[in-house]
Amino acid sequence: MHLMYFTEQPMSAYPEQEGRDFGATALMFSNRYFDPVAGSQLYNEYLEHYRLAEEVGFDGIMLNEHHNAPFCMQAKCNVFASILAAMTKRVKLVLLGNPLPLADNPVRLAEELAMIDMISRGRLVSGFVRGGGQEQLAAGVNPAYNRERFEEAHALIVKAWTQTGPFRWEGTHYQHRVVNPWAVPLQKPHPRVWIPGVLSKETIVWAAKQRYPYIALSTEIEATKKIWELYDQVAKETGYAGGPEYRGYLQRCHVAETEEKALANARQFMWMQGEFTGLAHPVWSSPSGYFSPSYRTAFVEYAVGRRSNPRGAAFEDQIRNQQIVAGTPKTVIPKLRRLLEETRPSIVGFWASDGFVSTEDTKTCIRLLGQEVLPALRDIGKELGLWSPFEANAPTSINFSEPARLKDPSR
Amino acid sequence: MTPSPVAWRAESLPVAGIALHLAAAGRGAPVLVLHHDIGRPEPSPFDDALAGRCSVLAPSHPGYDRSSRPDWMRSVRDVAVVYQWLLGERDLARDLTVVGLGFGGWIAAEMATMAPRAFKRLVLVGAMGLKPERGEIADQALVSYIDYVRRGFADQRAFDRLFGAEPATAQLEQWDLNREMTFRIAWKPYMYNPTLPHLLGGVATPALIVWGRDDRIVPLECAERYQKALPHARLEIVENAGHFVDMEQPDVLAQLVARFVAEA
Repeated sequence: MHLMYFTEQPMSAYPEQEGRDFGATALMFSNRYFDPVAGSQLYNEYLEHYRLAEEVGFDGIMLNEHHNAPFCMQAKCNVFASILAAMTKRVKLVLLGNPLPLADNPVRLAEELAMIDMISRGRLVSGFVRGGGQEQLAAGVNPAYNRERFEEAHALIVKAWTQTGPFRWEGTHYQHRVVNPWAVPLQKPHPRVWIPGVLSKETIVWAAKQRYPYIALSTEIEATKKIWELYDQVAKETGYAGGPEYRGYLQRCHVAETEEKALANARQFMWMQGEFTGLAHPVWSSPSGYFSPSYRTAFVEYAVGRRSNPRGAAFEDQIRNQQIVAGTPKTVIPKLRRLLEETRPSIVGFWASDGFVSTEDTKTCIRLLGQEVLPALRDIGKELGLWSPFEANAPTSINFSEPARLKDPSR
Repeated sequence: MTPSPVAWRAESLPVAGIALHLAAAGRGAPVLVLHHDIGRPEPSPFDDALAGRCSVLAPSHPGYDRSSRPDWMRSVRDVAVVYQWLLGERDLARDLTVVGLGFGGWIAAEMATMAPRAFKRLVLVGAMGLKPERGEIADQALVSYIDYVRRGFADQRAFDRLFGAEPATAQLEQWDLNREMTFRIAWKPYMYNPTLPHLLGGVATPALIVWGRDDRIVPLECAERYQKALPHARLEIVENAGHFVDMEQPDVLAQLVARFVAEA
């Protein structure tokens, strides 16, 4: 198993009522409410948590980024990855990930990632995402070409990593006279790419066709099973067998010394799910052209307030269906066993706390996970044969599947 | 909405690989009506009123309403070229009046700069295409479909009459499809072409510029900018109308257009 620590890096230090009054805590919610003194303090606390996560035995640190929103302070995951590349020694740095469509120069991303891979001595896992709907607006990037830009930027980055330059790139959305980055990754053929997602079938199909592990972001167990059904079916059509090494899951999981405390802190997971921050604006979160055409009816109705967010569910429901797991190590282990038995992932991210959970409680949670929960999960993983891509020595991608390269990685 | 009192003929024309939908009705001088970014309402009270006086051609823009989406299309100038192509195919240009409504006005202005003498008269109604110097063109990306369209009406009762107080989901989906196409071709810069003001000076076509007094989508200053930039232009301001003059004051606009057509 590959067990990772994750935090959204919440920016809890802002006047809560202002967000409620404005009605949305994203995109247009004014950054006059951002407090850089608190920001500086929080960034450094998060670094401390990452260091502790490595110390107590996590295999990886999962990083992400968001823009114009207090639920996530990390505006550039490559910045934290760079710091952690030098600060940590053992953990994988799992970026889930860089929002490719937001990049106007993917070659620069390829360079940054290559540098992180070399500085960390080959510990980079470079996930890619489409970015949220409102992030297209925050970056001024056309939502109607989101998926096209994602796919083209990905092809360009992989080519920059794996084929010697100089070469020229004349694409639909990117044109580069000379691609010849001096920095290339340490890992060969290139750093592993994992693809996180929550809603779009298109992304699952794309990841399976690339033979990239897909990381389901806190979906409920039944929905997660459907994801793996689809993934495995596409894998079979593509010519390989899906399985645990292609399956990841991000679990909201808070552990404390007592049930009561764990549950109270877990309630803070709702913090970014709209209880007071993460108040999504229905139009900004789903700009036209961004979402899958198969969801058009649902999203236009959501945009004018005729149905609730197709992504949301209540706290009690999420505790019941295990989208949120909370308790003492003793009580969460059986719940996590159920997750592993029913959905068979080999990669599990622990989203350990959120919102106003104190730094002390977060550190306790990280310690208890490391000392008591992770060893138990490793045993269960062995028992169930949940071998991670590293343990299974899974190929990096469909284009680098042993024994021979199947086709040009730029295609 | 009551059904259209006018019998419209519909056809689909192949232009640039697009199945271009074209509705036609009426007799007399030919008028090409280019619809808004939100699409063409059906029925369209303005098109109906104009069809009583002229021969009206009302296409759906490529990728809007009933026309197929060209995935390759990237700019409003591309749309203008497609319409020039259509005019050439149909040999329509000589006595033609082009009426551009809002976003369609931007297309019409681009057409005029491409072929400064190709058609006879140009009517721009609340046209996008020029960057305001003081205000801004309202950004539909930040508001819901309903809020955006309502913003274009001075009197909300006119919106209710045309679309219903709570427009049906099918209407919302059509607005979403049209908005997506607008993003595909006019995302950045949003709703203007920085080179257009430099090219309008060559337009020999007489132009009538019409603006709703209460246009909250394209500021009135853009009317003045068009009037200054076009060599042969005059401005008419319509009272009790917002951006969608054709939907709020269909008869007033149809009369203005018909009189302009009869003039020269």
